[in-house]
Formats: sequence, C-alpha cells, structure tokens
Amino acid sequence: MANSSKGAIVGLGVTPMGKIYGRRAVDFAAEAIALALEDAGLQKSDIDGLLINANLPNDMTPGAQMILGFENLTLVNVMTAYGSTGGSMMQYACMAIREGLAKTIVLVYADAPLTPSRGAGQSYSGPHRFPLGGMTGLKAAYGDFGANLGYAMAAQRHMHLYGTTEGHLGIVAVGQRKWAQMSPWAQMKAPMTMADHHNSRWIAEPLRLLDCCLVSNGAVAIIVTSADRARDLRQPPVHVLGYAQSAPGDNLDTSRHPAVETGAARSGETAFRMAGITRADIGSCQLYDCYTYTVLVTLEDYGFCAKGEGGPFVADGKLGPGGALPTNTGGGQLSGYYMWAFTPMSEAIVQARGQGGARQVPNRDFTLVSGNGGILNFHSTMIFSPHEGGG
Amino acid sequence: MSQSAAKPVPVPDEISAPFFDGARAGHLMLQHCTACGKWSFPVRERCPHCLGAKLGWRAASGRGTLYTFAIMHQVMNPGFAAEVPYNVSQIDLAEGVRMVANVIGIANDQLRIGMELQAVFEDVGMGVSIPKFRPVAA
Ligand SMILES: [Zn+2]
Repeated sequence: MANSSKGAIVGLGVTPMGKIYGRRAVDFAAEAIALALEDAGLQKSDIDGLLINANLPNDMTPGAQMILGFENLTLVNVMTAYGSTGGSMMQYACMAIREGLAKTIVLVYADAPLTPSRGAGQSYSGPHRFPLGGMTGLKAAYGDFGANLGYAMAAQRHMHLYGTTEGHLGIVAVGQRKWAQMSPWAQMKAPMTMADHHNSRWIAEPLRLLDCCLVSNGAVAIIVTSADRARDLRQPPVHVLGYAQSAPGDNLDTSRHPAVETGAARSGETAFRMAGITRADIGSCQLYDCYTYTVLVTLEDYGFCAKGEGGPFVADGKLGPGGALPTNTGGGQLSGYYMWAFTPMSEAIVQARGQGGARQVPNRDFTLVSGNGGILNFHSTMIFSPHEGGG
Repeated sequence: MSQSAAKPVPVPDEISAPFFDGARAGHLMLQHCTACGKWSFPVRERCPHCLGAKLGWRAASGRGTLYTFAIMHQVMNPGFAAEVPYNVSQIDLAEGVRMVANVIGIANDQLRIGMELQAVFEDVGMGVSIPKFRPVAA
C-alpha cells in the first residue's frame, strides 16, 4: 500500500485554449477559477488561499486577488520557478494545508501571449531594444535568442552521446498528436505522420517545428484541500502522494551536464520514496514536454530506461494510445495546450479521476507528473492517485 | 545589394569592460577568483563558487572543445536575417567554464562535438570586438 495522502485535488478548471484574442491573462484566470469552483461544488468564499503562476503577463500579480474578488485569504503568493512552478505550488499548498495555514487553496496559471498581429514564434521574444549592454549584449551579438536554441543544443548533445535520432523525437510528437485527437481541450487535432514531423521546418537544428510546444492563450485552475474535507465534495478526490523538486544548477560550468542529466533523477527518486511506490506502479506519465527531447530525457532520468536509451525505449510507440506506457494523454504541450506545469497536472487529474473518456488509460492507480523550467535547470515531480493511501 | 539591418553590437558596461578591452587586444579575458582560485563566466560581480567579491581578471588560454551546438533557422532579430542558418555553440574552455559563442571558419555541417577550437576576435563595429571560435587545424 502506498504512503498516505499529502493533500487532495478537488477541483479543476480549464478554459478554452489557443488563439482566443482580446482577453487579458487575469480574465482567463477568473474563468478557470469559476470552472474549478463549479467542478468542486465550492463557493468562492470557501477559498482561503491563492497561489498564482504566470509566464509573462503583467496582470498576474498579488493584485490579482482583488481583481478576482477574493477576501479574507490567509495565504497568497505569486510563485515562479519557470515551467516547474506548478509542482512547487502543489508542494507548498499541501504543506500549508497540513500546517493549518489555509484550508482550501486555488492554484492558477494564466497566459495570453498570442495576438493576431504576430506569429506564435515571436510570442515570448519581446521587443529587443538595442543597444544592449554587457553580457546581455554579448548574447545578442551571437544571435543567442530564446529557449529553442538551448533545448536544441541539449538535444544535439544527447544525439552525439547516445545516437538519439530524428525518428526518436518524431515518435514522441506523433504519439501525442494521436492522444490530442481524443481530448476536448487540445489545440492541434489534425493527423500527424512521421513524414509530417520530418518535413516540418527547422526551428533550431536538431529541433523542427513539430518538436516544439504550442503557444496558448488560456488558464488552468486547480483546487487543493485536505483528504478529510475532500470526501464530502462533488468530485472523486485525487490524492497527492509524493512531490519533490531538484535544481541541478546552470549549464555554464564544464563539470555539470543538466542538458543530458536533468533534475528529474533526484526529484523522481524522492517523490517515489515519499509515495511509497515504484516506477512499476505507474499507469501513465504526464511529463513536461516543451520539446519532444524533454520527454525522452525525463523518462531516462526517472529510470524507465537506462541513461541514453530514451530514444530506443520510445521507438515502438509505447507512449501513444494502446502503448505500454501511456504518456501525455491529453496531447501535452506539443499538441494540447501550453500552460507550463499546469498542462501535465490538469491531464493527470482527469486520468486519476477516470474521466478521460476515449483517452482514459486502463491503469489510473498512480500517475507520474513532471514540471521543468529554464533550460532543464529546474525540475518538479508529483505522484497523483485516486487512493488515499496510508493505513 | 539591398540594405540589411545591422547585427546588434554589445555596449561594454563597467563590469564587462575588461572582457571587451581584452577582446579588442586579442585576449580572452575571464574572471578569476583570488579567494578560491576558480574561473567563471559570464561576467558578474561575485564568484559563483565562493561568493567572494575578489574577482580578478586573467587571460584564458582561448583553447577549448565544442561541447554542443545548434543551427538557428529562426530570425529573432532583423540583424540576423541574412545570417540564418547560423550556429550557436557551447565551448568547454580549458579553464573549466563553458561559453556560448559562434564557431566560424567552418561550414555548419562540418561541426563536430569534441572538435578542438581556438578563440579568435571579431571586430563587430563601434569599436567593439567579441570572441568567436575557430577550429584548430588538425
Ligand atoms: Zn571564489
């Protein structure tokens, strides 16, 4: 039997995702919170904690509490460790509830970078105002802009060391697109073949367009409370059995290799131990997939296969529908929607409840969830289950 | 010949001036901690190893190996519109720091991880030079 519940997820709200223009991030946040309250059967006045996460929006500040009309909170904060933040928020929410600092906490992520006038690829690049001073200017002088290059360099290193191929990356993208076709929330549903992947344009070699995540306007809200309070609410509770973070440091010291040996190794081991389960108990993985490569390296570091064997491990299509290790069953960030760690967290909640419909995985006992931020610098792990554990 | 946008030129600031002065004179100047004896990059106020503020400057060897690279196809700045596809590379220097820069003097499809590189200095205009890396002839 697994170890006991550290906290229970009782509400989930996911707004429409994608090219929905003319709304600011905090408005998507309000819609997601309303949906999550309705899902849980709770009133806004039941909420006494608010944890906020956002990528770039300037309206997702502590002041969002007032815009959203929350009163008498005993816990409020904006948190960030980039794409790994959702896992940190879940940790802190569970700890705060167990410590008695708050009873029922909303975690919310919202983003609205897409506008009709510019391409998705420019969404996070911002206006570059030149001249730039010092080291920032030096990066710009080398043409070192954005996260795509950092992940492309990481993937290139992995390919060199272990023989990972374009086909190994492609099978991840193709599998997730098949899952996305079964998710009501997914942005990309057109069929994708391996040829489509291999023929998509280069972004930063060795990564192609179909190796890269989407950009989404939208929001996700998740409501967390204690296992005791969760019993009387509308939805079957999803228990958080394990959680951990790991941040191995930057990539600019020759003794460190986070590009190919990520924080998932340490974070995963800690989370499994906390939950009292092993990899063999996992029914599905919901992994942070900013790029196809991120999925491969995360599977390796969680120990599903040996270091370097992520490519051959996924080559049989085991991550896709009907496969032995269903992964990113809502399409992930590649084909579903890009809400940082709230993408894998939201799908894990659906699967753990058994509400996945056509995409429901057969084994929902334990779902492994990851967050990842920076250029593989920050990692978070969570284990969700319908079982309260303990005893 | 059509008019093309200029590539961004870095403006040396107070803390990075020795780095850029060095590049202008043909030396790869890096910070070296007088307290713990370790090298660091990028340029900053304190040593990331011991948090000591006694960072001095020393000429590095300029020798390194290619740790990894990527070939950029996106135009994120108009100054690079005529440059794509170009490489952005990570170079492991003999001193233990990993620098991001461009490798020049070689076609992108000839880049090989592990190849020996040597710093060279490119005048990028406005009186500023920056280090780039060139393969060491075998
Ligand atoms: Zn030092």
